[in-house]
Amino acid sequence: MASTPSDAREPGRASLLYDPKIRGYFYQIALLAIVGFLIWSAASNAIENLRAQKIASGFGFWHNPAGFDVNQKLIPFSASSGSTYGQAFLVGLLNTLLVAALGIVFATVLGFLVGVGRLSHNWVVAKLATIYVEVIRNLPLLLQLFFWYNAVLKPLPDARNSIHLPGSIYLNNRGIILPSPQFGPAFEVVVIAFLIAVAAAIAFFIWARGQQAKTGRQYHNGWISLALVLGVPLVVFFLVGQPLSFDYPQQGRFNLTGGMQIFPEFVALLVGLSTYTAAFIAEVVRAGILAVSKGQTEAANALGLRSGPTLKLVVIPQAMRVIIPPLTSQYLNLTKNSSLAVAIGYPDLVQVFTGTVLNQTGQAVEVVAITMAVYLTISLVTSFFMNIYNKRMALVER
Amino acid sequence: MKKLVAAAIAAGLGLAISATAASAQATLAQVKQRGMLNCGSNTGLAGFGVPDAQGTWKGLDVDYCRAIAAAIFNDASKVKFIPLSAKDRFTALQSGEIDVLVRNSTWTMTRDASLGLLFTGINYYDGQGFMVRKKLGVNSALQLSGASVCTQQGTTTELNLADYFRANNLKYEVVAFATSDETVKAYDSGRCDAFTTDASGLYAERLKLTNPDEHIVLPEIISKEPLGPSVRNNDPQWFNLVKWVGFAMLNAEELGVTKANLDAQLKSENPEVKRLLGTEGKFGEQIGLTPDWAARIVKLVGNYGESFEANVGQGSLLKIARGQNALWTKGGLQYAPPVR
Repeated sequence: MASTPSDAREPGRASLLYDPKIRGYFYQIALLAIVGFLIWSAASNAIENLRAQKIASGFGFWHNPAGFDVNQKLIPFSASSGSTYGQAFLVGLLNTLLVAALGIVFATVLGFLVGVGRLSHNWVVAKLATIYVEVIRNLPLLLQLFFWYNAVLKPLPDARNSIHLPGSIYLNNRGIILPSPQFGPAFEVVVIAFLIAVAAAIAFFIWARGQQAKTGRQYHNGWISLALVLGVPLVVFFLVGQPLSFDYPQQGRFNLTGGMQIFPEFVALLVGLSTYTAAFIAEVVRAGILAVSKGQTEAANALGLRSGPTLKLVVIPQAMRVIIPPLTSQYLNLTKNSSLAVAIGYPDLVQVFTGTVLNQTGQAVEVVAITMAVYLTISLVTSFFMNIYNKRMALVER
Repeated sequence: MKKLVAAAIAAGLGLAISATAASAQATLAQVKQRGMLNCGSNTGLAGFGVPDAQGTWKGLDVDYCRAIAAAIFNDASKVKFIPLSAKDRFTALQSGEIDVLVRNSTWTMTRDASLGLLFTGINYYDGQGFMVRKKLGVNSALQLSGASVCTQQGTTTELNLADYFRANNLKYEVVAFATSDETVKAYDSGRCDAFTTDASGLYAERLKLTNPDEHIVLPEIISKEPLGPSVRNNDPQWFNLVKWVGFAMLNAEELGVTKANLDAQLKSENPEVKRLLGTEGKFGEQIGLTPDWAARIVKLVGNYGESFEANVGQGSLLKIARGQNALWTKGGLQYAPPVR
């Protein structure tokens, strides 16, 4: 006798084996267990092997004196003052952050200009932008870094025949040597004045917005903010008696001494990273602008908006929604690509830490793990802030 | 899908685990099974390890690897040379990618004690020096205050440089590159006033410069750089073998056994020669080789002096004098324990 379907599928009596929910949990737990086991066995295996091969492990090296020097450093670091490997790590990290942060700024500015340029109605501008993007985007970055390093280095005179630019700026194959600013004690007042001016500018901006919403009256926000931010600190600077002097470079036996030196490795890396990433950003920007349908512009024109406000109020806000997510990954690429610095001798994190420190201590596992964690952190933090910005720009549906 | 991913991860990690487990196996057995010695070598340093126009590796360090291959396989060509930069060399040895590292590497306490390596001996006594352009008018390293110095990173050179300038209270700017080629190129293009490395390396690298005659090597030698082969710290048999290959070459020179007179020496009645060449006793078997191990080395590679003269001495472009690298019987430091 055939049983009815209701007999077999009685709730509660179905075998646990065939419950999709239970099965799902089972597979997920099993997967987690396998992955956990593999990670554990790999780690314990690594520790075991290191011990068997008598390779030192642990993070004790962090406080040992490093014994080597680095040319570009943002914090005091020298073998003679007994700087440690931990400080060497910081020197490298700061150099990476410096080149990445400046690179992001330059790449963004250049990328937006080129991206808009490609859409220009001016034939020459559009073609130049296209050539720029196609050439830069299609050559390996490493090759470009070598090009810039040699292009920066080779044509410049040696240190004894520096090119003298106005304002005591010297240019030679050791880099750019600038007068270094020496801040007097009263300079803090100027900095505080600057911060107050920035706050005032922001307050004014918000107030002007409110006024415009209420009365429709527009203010020259940009000009007034600029006057505040530049003018106030300048006035204060002269009031407190110009607490700023310069240390001018002097010709020494080998090179200019004094002043502040911008190293050619840094310039080459910054130029290489910025121009390379700018080519990608240009394409992202172009895609973003093209993604805003023509109807939007036509509608704005129909409302009587001129082309400036149309771009500012209608096109760009909508384009930004498309632009920001791929822009974030370009920023991350730039940061990670900065590790190619190792090829041209710029002391970034990889060059100093996974290069010299790894070799001097021989602790590859620890050093590489720390470096990976650092890049991961930098990337996640960048993504975090870009996601916040993205949320603000995203389409709000009511 | 998840299962697939898990299986892939398991396979990958499994491979990693089995690969590391294999490295604990005796190195000599592995080398024999492979039929080839993996030798870590310089990326290109004239006189020590560099491929010639035909792609054949030549040099003092290269000869050491060939001697090991000759002792094991009776064939000096069974070596695969793996070029390594200064900063990658020890990792390559630790990870088992190479069996022995003979790459003008300085023997230091840290490297012996905490890198999981053991240096087997010294095949070249060296010291660190500086090279500058003649037109700078510098004739002592003590005049280098304020100079910028190019060096290769991950080397003892980098540390000695810091020590020397610190000890003499001189200011300097260091520019460190990952490979020796990049370092030399940067010096050649004028990025640095001085270039520093081991003295033997200075003479070798000078040949690569655009105008070698425009540069001079300063007289100061600022450090001790005992260069030698190293092996992993977990295989005493292999350590002994590599060590005694070097001693065999030195003993052969001391006893006057050369490539040319080997056949005559095999009939020698001198007991020391007999023990070395295996015509009396079976000394080679103690280190896992055949009794004629040293005869193979001399026949296929030569003794230490022959290798020295051909690669870095009068028979080469470098024309380096024996100096400290002469045998102890001739006022040098090269000394090998006896075969007995």
